[in-house]
Amino acid sequence: MMILEVERLSVSFGGVRAVDDVNISVEAGQVFSIIGPNGSGKTTLFNLLSGVYTPDHGVIRFAGETVTDLEPDRLARRGLSRTFQNLQIFSRMSVLENVMVGHHRHEDTGILADLVHWPSVRRQNAATRELALAALARVGLADEARLASTSLSYGALKRLEIARALASDPKLLLLDEPAAGCNPIETQEIDRVIRSLIKDGITVMLVEHDMRLVMNISDRVHVLARGRTLAEGTPEEVRSNAAVVEAYLGDHGSKEATRAFG
Amino acid sequence: MVSLVQTRLMPAIVIAALIVVLPAFFPSAYYYRIGVLVFIFALAVVGLNLLMGFAGQVSLGHAGFLGIGAYSVAIGPVHFGVPSWLCLFGGAALSGVVAFIVGRPILKLKGHYLAVATLGLGLLLAIVLTNEARWTGGPDGMSVPRLVLFGWSARGATTWYWIAGATFIVAFVLALNLMDSPTGRALRAIHDSEIAARVLGIDVARKKVAIFVISAMYASVAGSFLALFNGYVTPDAAGFLRSIELVAMVVLGGMGSIVGSLVGAVVLVVLPQALTVFHDYEQVLLGLIVMVFMIFLRRGIVPSLAAAFAGRRK
Repeated sequence: MMILEVERLSVSFGGVRAVDDVNISVEAGQVFSIIGPNGSGKTTLFNLLSGVYTPDHGVIRFAGETVTDLEPDRLARRGLSRTFQNLQIFSRMSVLENVMVGHHRHEDTGILADLVHWPSVRRQNAATRELALAALARVGLADEARLASTSLSYGALKRLEIARALASDPKLLLLDEPAAGCNPIETQEIDRVIRSLIKDGITVMLVEHDMRLVMNISDRVHVLARGRTLAEGTPEEVRSNAAVVEAYLGDHGSKEATRAFG
Repeated sequence: MVSLVQTRLMPAIVIAALIVVLPAFFPSAYYYRIGVLVFIFALAVVGLNLLMGFAGQVSLGHAGFLGIGAYSVAIGPVHFGVPSWLCLFGGAALSGVVAFIVGRPILKLKGHYLAVATLGLGLLLAIVLTNEARWTGGPDGMSVPRLVLFGWSARGATTWYWIAGATFIVAFVLALNLMDSPTGRALRAIHDSEIAARVLGIDVARKKVAIFVISAMYASVAGSFLALFNGYVTPDAAGFLRSIELVAMVVLGGMGSIVGSLVGAVVLVVLPQALTVFHDYEQVLLGLIVMVFMIFLRRGIVPSLAAAFAGRRK
């Protein structure tokens, strides 16, 4: 089953076609990676898929329904969650509270019940706390739950964002450079987390520059260059694609290419 | 013992105890009067802090809602013969409706733009109250009939001390409750990252309007109390300086600290009274003291002191 289908998706900013006529089909339960040199439109694509940007053209179907113009919160309530390349942590909240916010879409109380702290609110708070702790345990941050979120290291914050997205119980999770700025051990941890998500039936889309991680974990890899699709296939197919190699070597991404192909 | 201290409502219990015990040390009725003003302003400031300190949305026009509340308990009984207590609720409802209607378009604005838009809202409400002299008495204001409940008339600072004190505690507990709930977490999330809040399924626009409405109703009730307690009301109640005073109380006490709201109100109500002994230098000293507070306790009195104590314990 295809969980996400994108047809002829395009968006322009000030005359620049950031994403240009892109088609994507993501099969449920797989890891689908988007790679490409810097500025090739990967994050823009994620912003389109998660409803942050509205496309100029094209159709997005999520779980069989057209969701092209849906607001991010509507998409989230249908089970699409994401993390951010440059972290978007709730910095005034504790680690645990950050993840509790992730569960918001499943919490169902009115503002009046919240004001008087109705017993249902109390029950729900306790349930959300349990769930958030479980999500933190999955990314290896259980011991840090009580800390201020600002006291975590960069790599830990990356995993905190994953835990927060997990708490929303997504069907499809978009991870925007989860390993960027992480050391090899932290990257391995990310790898482990993604594999455990797949085991739980969550589909993962990945934008990532760490080619070892991408090639190890992906079922399919989609290559973008200047907003357009350059190639798509299994990691092996993409690795041996002449156009891909050239795009990387000829563009800013030469460093990534050496890491990927060298 | 530890668990008792850490319970959510502990600050409310401590403050309620203080409210009950303090009058034993009041040398005169004048102190009750100060107490009433503290509670009334703290009520409005808690509401404004929910909006500013938690949701991160500034309002420089909140005295406008104070004005709606104040004039509701003046105009209702005088012109229509409606009982004051009913007008108090009516005023709160009207403030809520105004906030709801205005909130949707202006809460799309951010930062300074939102500040100016709310400033405009406050000025607009103040001008309406000044110009509709047939109903409001114009710039001279109008007198406000006493609050009468079940044939019993609320008069005097001592009586109002208990009415305002009890109401403040209720409002205080409601605010603590709200912050420890899904809505409260969503609001704090919006403050830090709207985009992250949205992709987690939070309807940001709706939550902002909701807290704007609640915040306006807090201010309205405070305004009604102020008018009923003073026995008169002038358009100053809704004026720009009042709005600034409320914002100053929020920031001085501590953004995002419910206890801080009370502290901010205490300082800015009590300090001018205490400084009257300095006659001509009163305003200068007040300004100076507030500046010193902000320079040395830059996150506000309560959060800064709390952080300092937490640091020392380590």
